[in-house]
Amino acid sequence: MESSGNNFIFQKDDKKILKRRKWRSFLDKFAKQFIAVMGGSIILAILLIFFYLFGVVLPLFQGAKSNKEANYATISPKAGDTLYLDVEEQSEQAIRYTSNGYIIVFKTKSGSGVLEKKLPVPNGVAITSIGTSKHARGLVALGLSDGTALVVKHSFEVSYEARGDENKRVITPKIEMPFGDETIIVDENGKPIKALSVQAFESETILAGANEEGKIFLISLTRDESFLGGEGELKTDRYIVSGFKGKIAYLFIDDAIEHIFAINQDSEVFFYDIKNKEKPVLLGTNFLFSDGKLTSANLLLGGVSLIVGNDKGRISQWFYVKDENNKKELKLIRDFKQFTNSPIVKIASEKQRKGFIATDKEGNIGIYFSTSNRLLLNEKISESEVKHIAFAPHGDNIVAEDSKGQFHYYSIDNKYPEISWSSLWGKVWYEGYKKPEYLWQSSAATSDVEYKFSLIPLTFGTLKAAFYTMMFAIPLAIMGAIATGYFMRPELRQFVKPTIEIMEAMPTVILGFLAGLWLAPLFEKNIPGIFLIVILFFPTTMFVSYLWHFLPETFRRKLPEGTEPLLIIPPILLLIYVCMSISPQLDVMFFDGDTRIWMTKNLGIVFDQRNTVVVGIAMGIAVIPIIFSIAEDAVFAVPKHLSDGSLALGATPWQTLLRIVLPAASPGIFSALMIGLGRAVGETMIVLMATGNTPVMELNIFQGLRALSANIAVEMPEAVLGSTHYRILFLSALVLLTFTFILNTVAEYVRQNLRAKYGKL
Amino acid sequence: MKKWFSSGNAYIWMVSGAVSISMIIVIGLLFLIAINGLGYFWPKDVWELNYQDRSGKTIKLIGELHNEERISAKRLQEAGIETPPGQNFVTRYLLKVGNREFGNDFRWIEQFNIENKEQGIKTPEKLLVVERLAWGNLYGNFVALKEKGKVVAKDEPGYIELLKKVSEVSEKRKEIEKISRKDVGEINSLIEQLRLDERKLELDKRKNETTMKPLLEKKKILEEQFKGLQKKLDELNAVIKIDSIDVQLADGKIVDVPLGNITKVYEPNSFTIFEKIIFYAHKFFGFLYEEPREANTEGGIFPAIFGTVVLVMIMSIIVTPFGIIAAIYLREYAKQGPFVRLLRIAINNLAGVPSVVYGVFGLGFFVYFLGGNIDRIFFPESLPHPTLGAPCLLWSAVTLALLTLPVVIVSTEEGLARVPITLREGSLALGATKFETLWRVILPLVSPAMITGLILAVARAAGEVAPLMLVGVVKLAPSLPLDGSFPFVHFDRKFMHMGFHIHDIGFQSPNVDATKPLVYATAFILVALIFLLNFAAITIRNHLREKYKALGSL
Repeated sequence: MESSGNNFIFQKDDKKILKRRKWRSFLDKFAKQFIAVMGGSIILAILLIFFYLFGVVLPLFQGAKSNKEANYATISPKAGDTLYLDVEEQSEQAIRYTSNGYIIVFKTKSGSGVLEKKLPVPNGVAITSIGTSKHARGLVALGLSDGTALVVKHSFEVSYEARGDENKRVITPKIEMPFGDETIIVDENGKPIKALSVQAFESETILAGANEEGKIFLISLTRDESFLGGEGELKTDRYIVSGFKGKIAYLFIDDAIEHIFAINQDSEVFFYDIKNKEKPVLLGTNFLFSDGKLTSANLLLGGVSLIVGNDKGRISQWFYVKDENNKKELKLIRDFKQFTNSPIVKIASEKQRKGFIATDKEGNIGIYFSTSNRLLLNEKISESEVKHIAFAPHGDNIVAEDSKGQFHYYSIDNKYPEISWSSLWGKVWYEGYKKPEYLWQSSAATSDVEYKFSLIPLTFGTLKAAFYTMMFAIPLAIMGAIATGYFMRPELRQFVKPTIEIMEAMPTVILGFLAGLWLAPLFEKNIPGIFLIVILFFPTTMFVSYLWHFLPETFRRKLPEGTEPLLIIPPILLLIYVCMSISPQLDVMFFDGDTRIWMTKNLGIVFDQRNTVVVGIAMGIAVIPIIFSIAEDAVFAVPKHLSDGSLALGATPWQTLLRIVLPAASPGIFSALMIGLGRAVGETMIVLMATGNTPVMELNIFQGLRALSANIAVEMPEAVLGSTHYRILFLSALVLLTFTFILNTVAEYVRQNLRAKYGKL
Repeated sequence: MKKWFSSGNAYIWMVSGAVSISMIIVIGLLFLIAINGLGYFWPKDVWELNYQDRSGKTIKLIGELHNEERISAKRLQEAGIETPPGQNFVTRYLLKVGNREFGNDFRWIEQFNIENKEQGIKTPEKLLVVERLAWGNLYGNFVALKEKGKVVAKDEPGYIELLKKVSEVSEKRKEIEKISRKDVGEINSLIEQLRLDERKLELDKRKNETTMKPLLEKKKILEEQFKGLQKKLDELNAVIKIDSIDVQLADGKIVDVPLGNITKVYEPNSFTIFEKIIFYAHKFFGFLYEEPREANTEGGIFPAIFGTVVLVMIMSIIVTPFGIIAAIYLREYAKQGPFVRLLRIAINNLAGVPSVVYGVFGLGFFVYFLGGNIDRIFFPESLPHPTLGAPCLLWSAVTLALLTLPVVIVSTEEGLARVPITLREGSLALGATKFETLWRVILPLVSPAMITGLILAVARAAGEVAPLMLVGVVKLAPSLPLDGSFPFVHFDRKFMHMGFHIHDIGFQSPNVDATKPLVYATAFILVALIFLLNFAAITIRNHLREKYKALGSL
């Protein structure tokens, strides 16, 4: 083959020819290399798709990372111990409230002071407790030893100073006293306030305080709106919450100001309904731990969930659940994986997500996320007990103080805590739900609501649609393939095969549109008629065959064998026509004039206009040509001498088909089914347009669904680049890819083996 | 009976029934689309009737019949409509009453509520249909033609004068369109270019008086030009606002419609069959070359057709070489073995990957990763506004090229397999190298197969919507992806697409009754295009087979 093999002919040739031959040989070799590289790169394409999707998805399952930024000793030790620690939005500055009544603002990176302010705590009075609001950021109440409380609000103002070309950000702390320097009386008997909680909503501020005797007071402070814009009159209402027993340890008001959690030192929680403040109702009491003693508690973002930790390092989440009688009951929702066995010291919650951080006596911290039940980070940050810890509002930094007065400032890389394998594929108990459920709800009105990222409803939708599609497509496509490939006359086959195959080219958006705007309303109006067609279809063909059997032999002989499909078209058309025209009469006679409402009323079947039947039919029409085409090829390719032999031995054509042709063609038919199923799973436009796209998990064939593919098409344009949602959509694409990859590989493998087998016959 | 059953003939008829119903579905669907799609352009009679509405008041309605159905009385009762007793079924009509500014433009009316039932439906010749730029069609009686608010002509002469004026005005409007789109658009893009130049200087730290001077001068000139055009536009706009017509609506109200708002006026009830055919042709072609109006519920689909065509053209340019080389490698160069088996599995998988997954990949890899990096390196001056880092034409074409690659490979390979081995051996025996054999002998013979593959790829791409929804299609694009201003093909623009247009107007539109006929018409054109391409591919393939048959017998 190589031209260099016959050199001798040209031995005397001049250089020109030699040069040309060199060039030709070079070109040949180059082309070979070039084509091989380009051709081989097809594999790269599929690998690239797979690994790129995988790469986008991967960060979802990685934990958080931390990076130590700074470490410094406290300034102004004279201010006393820290009571409460907080970090501002840009995490440049942190604020701490101290036991001697100081507010100290310092830089997170260096620890140097920005502001120091003494609060107007009356002389001779000590601070005995502190309460903070999750909802109204920066609102802090200090409980005092004389039975009063002081309300403070801190905030940080961001402004920009022009400095050369760049604008420099300047952050100024601001301390306000919303109710003036006067203290607010909580306990009229002047007993020290041992636990305090504060919450604000619109113009109302609520204080809940408990004294050492376990008496709980509820103070409502409202400022009347003044027309002139000045400060209105302050209205103070005082209520008493009764029923609490033991020594108070923690007291929380939820964000909606509807419930109070009061926890005593024996780890027992008292859960109150305070919607009607005049008559608070004790909804129930629970022991938070069966063994061990409660050492820390806090509310999660949204104020619905209570996170508690005990002296054995156990952390669990509680929230209320409504039972059948709509009675609220506090329940243990989940236990978190322990990051330590020593006592939990502090639990601090994230400010924009449902995550929290816990510290222990040994100086370890654990970062958790509640919905996904994940321990994202477990690290030792100090040699001694970490007494206070605070998240920056974006959850990207933490400031911690240990018992030796050392401050630790860390940056945290924790972008995707919302997802875990179990939250994607298992049931999750979401806040406000009666039981663990599979739910998909990727957008929420407020950040207080948990995102619900379970892929189960979507996968269920995909499989449901694919199942009914195959139910519709398999009989028609396989039987059609048998009829065309085995029984049909060649002249007729030449026309029938391309006609059905051309449907493969039909854009699915058109099928989807017809399904949604034509078929769905048609089906809704003619339910009995369409069901009648389905039921009577095969009996009709049998009946026609029976009648044909009785026709005189001479007449039957006139039509060549293998033209049955032509003969049967008129009876089928007649059947369709009759069924559709008597459908309204059936409606009136048997189903009170409207089958849809009749079904809902008498059978309890919910009926959506865009339902699975419609999807099944439309997507069936899309996959029939694919299955038909491959299966027909397989049937047709069975060597003629096999079936001829069988027929010669006296078998009927039908027996030959069942015993000889089908077994031989079965791998091809199987591969056709696999490819058809792959198509049904990945099809997007039809499920998008012909279903209501509601992610419900109902087996009911008359209800809609939401498939993985349609979900991607709907939500992808709105997903923020790099967000958890974006990556989950990539994950669902990866799921689809893997699924079709398996189906197609199996199909191709079977087909290649089949080819080898027929090669031998 | 038993004999009949045991012969198995019953089953043969059963499987035949399956193939028949598949055929009925295929042909039925095509008919459904064709009839509804083509029927949209036919001028419909305008009805005038007296109708008793739900409050019992009799009102006059004028409108086109759009749909008719027989419905069980029960369903109407559930919707709160009283039906005459003893009647199980009633007939109702969907009437397009137009006049959208005064309420719904579609209305279901029950036959029993029409005065004198069917006899009460009249089609007076003089009923006027006014197609407008805004608010959709207007139905009523022509009253007078006015100039600056003064009546200049009435009745028949007025109508004839009106037809003349309407065509004059539409000429003017075309001119306005041209100026505001082409000329003003060009100036805007030049000004934007100047801004980018300035930003580039800033980024390169070369911004100073001397470098800025030419830019500022150019900008001044452009702004002058812009002002000139603006003035011309104002003049033209004033001209088309001078004339108006008075139309009396069904309820007796007289409305004044400026000619500038009118695209077409006609009296369909007076049309002869010949006029109807002309109207039909006019409307059909208008649909193909007009821009959509009123959130895609009126007008044509030209940008969608154009976008689809440009998209598949760019895609073809990308996919063809890759597909052909891969096929050549598989057939001519690769050693048949496990690697080739693997390659085939990869190709089959590429063909089986759901199209929406291509969309996701295209968005992540092409748009955000490649596009984002290209923006950072080549177009830093326009950041943060993305150039290629956002969904656009280029990445749509690349994504579709990846999607259609298997189609081209499979088809070309099939063609290569059909080239008789004798030809190859002959060429090699005469001393040609393998590459020369390929280039001079095989490829020319295979070219029809490549074209077949390409046509099939184009047909597939033209109908694909799901991936495009992620990588660049929009419901309404302000400008075409290919136009007269540099660099002519705008890879960074978003575009419209027929398939997405169907999805959008059929499912996102608030006025489904109004858009349904349009969806059918668009669907018909898309199906016609795709089937035409497929037929072309099949014809070429058959032709090719004949040719090789002849070669093989040599």
